Amino acid sequence: MSAMADFSEDKNGALRFSGSLTLARLGDLPERLREFQGQASTLDLSGIEHIDTVGAWVVHRFAGQHDARVVGLDEDGAHLLDQVSKADEPVAVRPDYSSSFTRVLGEIGDAVTESGRTLYGLLGFLGATVIAFATIIRHPSRFRFNATVHRFEVVGVSALGIIGLMSFLIGIVIAQQGAVQLRQFGAEAFTINLVGRITLRELGVLMTAIMVAGRSGSAFAAQLGTMKLTEEIDAMRTIGVSPMEALVVPRTLAAVILMPLLGFYSSVVAIIGGGLLCWASLHIPPVTFIERIREVVPITDLYVGLIKAPVFGAIIGIAGCFQGMQVKADAEQVGLRTTAAVVQGIFLVIVLDAFFAVFFTWVGWI
Amino acid sequence: MVRAKGDPIISVQGLKTSFGDQVVHDGLELEVRRGEILGVVGGSGTGKSVLMRAIIGLQPVDAGDITVFGEPTLGRDGTEATEIRKRWGVLFQGGALFSTLTVAENVQVPLREFYPKLDQALLDEIAAYKVVMTGLPAEAGPKFPAELSGGMKKRAGLARALALDPELLFLDEPTAGLDPISAAAFDELIQSLQKTLGLTVFLITHDLDTLYAICDRVAVLADKKVIGVGTIPELLAMAHPWIQEYFNGPRGRAATATLEHEREKEKSGAS
Repeated sequence: MSAMADFSEDKNGALRFSGSLTLARLGDLPERLREFQGQASTLDLSGIEHIDTVGAWVVHRFAGQHDARVVGLDEDGAHLLDQVSKADEPVAVRPDYSSSFTRVLGEIGDAVTESGRTLYGLLGFLGATVIAFATIIRHPSRFRFNATVHRFEVVGVSALGIIGLMSFLIGIVIAQQGAVQLRQFGAEAFTINLVGRITLRELGVLMTAIMVAGRSGSAFAAQLGTMKLTEEIDAMRTIGVSPMEALVVPRTLAAVILMPLLGFYSSVVAIIGGGLLCWASLHIPPVTFIERIREVVPITDLYVGLIKAPVFGAIIGIAGCFQGMQVKADAEQVGLRTTAAVVQGIFLVIVLDAFFAVFFTWVGWI
Repeated sequence: MVRAKGDPIISVQGLKTSFGDQVVHDGLELEVRRGEILGVVGGSGTGKSVLMRAIIGLQPVDAGDITVFGEPTLGRDGTEATEIRKRWGVLFQGGALFSTLTVAENVQVPLREFYPKLDQALLDEIAAYKVVMTGLPAEAGPKFPAELSGGMKKRAGLARALALDPELLFLDEPTAGLDPISAAAFDELIQSLQKTLGLTVFLITHDLDTLYAICDRVAVLADKKVIGVGTIPELLAMAHPWIQEYFNGPRGRAATATLEHEREKEKSGAS
């Protein structure tokens, strides 16, 4: 192994370097040179074994600071030192940061303009989607039947398992928690009202919407985003195919049509789960349970759920496709946009759910 | 340490690699000499990149021996492999820059990883001169990879590959996707760095101009083997149909003509 880099002071103001002036063997040489206070008019490198660019840089910097001359390098070493000195330019390592106060203000401003722009863009996209639907209604031959049916399968049929399991468990949890709380008032029988009404009216559709946003809204954004990156969407446009009609309409339509079906399925499975728990822990036989459900759950609860579902589906589909179409430049954006699609989808669904709750109370469906 | 020019720095013997049933290399032999620029050519899918990945240890090998710097690289444990890895730099096709770090920070990554004791000021200075040395403008230092053009990304990738002052440099299609002017500038850069730093370069390329301009020797991959290694005139003397078609096809002839034209110009200028 070669020796560590070292230097010693000469009487006539010369610094004599020895060892190997390479990154691996540099040791504490840079610090020692920095602390060096004496005079140095020449740097004698004739005693070194090897030099690389880092060693040359350290020598170059020291020579510059002390106005010293470098001597004793062989031809290759001199060439190296020359190349390194030529590369001596101030280069910033990180971009300039402004003070944290202005940065926070700037970030708030960015966030506000960004959400404004997103809202505006989303409205525009909603309009474009409506126009695409209108065009397809006027020219039904342009409707992509196969693509739509394929989306039905992906959004709906393959989601049945996971949505069923989720709803079944939620039904059990509601019934169990309801039974425990209501028992304190001797009102266990009302567990049936609780399970029936809350699943049909709220939770069935809401949980399904969250699941569909996570499964399909994200998939829409990722698919369209990747297609945007690989210029597939540009290729479509040049061939004369409208991406809105070919990609957005089938996906949105699938979400709109399948949300009510999945929401209803979810509510039914949750009621089954609740019914099983009532049977097991409250000893209410299934026949009685179903009879009670028919008595205590008004049909308007079903209507409330079924009216909300397609709206939620449209929001999830449009948010997913919109975010996917916003992807530009690099692959990192696909991830960001996919996350945004899910967050936006779920957020808008919950906001609208609150509006629906007020509206249905107002029309008297309570 | 003996640093004589010409002794083998990489030696690959009886290499066999495969993906499932598809055999990529079978009984491949290759030797790279210290201080040379070796160009590796071959049709698409002949396993040029796979060969590079096998040598640097990213690709599992079915059989064979690979020696780099006189040490076997296969089956070494973590720290030994790291010691060998310190001594080479790799430039991947797209630059493979870390997207969350700036160009200068990218250059600092290997330095920080292998020499954690270096102080921040020296690290910044090293990153700075490496960035300038690879021909990037000083403003590129604090930029993020997404803000760079393809050619600048490759230069930044090269700066990172050179961060540890390696003896051996692997370049995977460094001029692919660059315009002819940038490609020629990149060739010159590699050649001048190779001279300055005394590097050995393992260069995968499709670019005939690069081969003619900077490669000392060329290795041709076909039929799962290296079918020929040598200078371009030596390869031209071989009868293998792929070599003949490669160098004597329309593009090959154009590159040869350009080279001869330049040599003649140099001669007439000198006389």
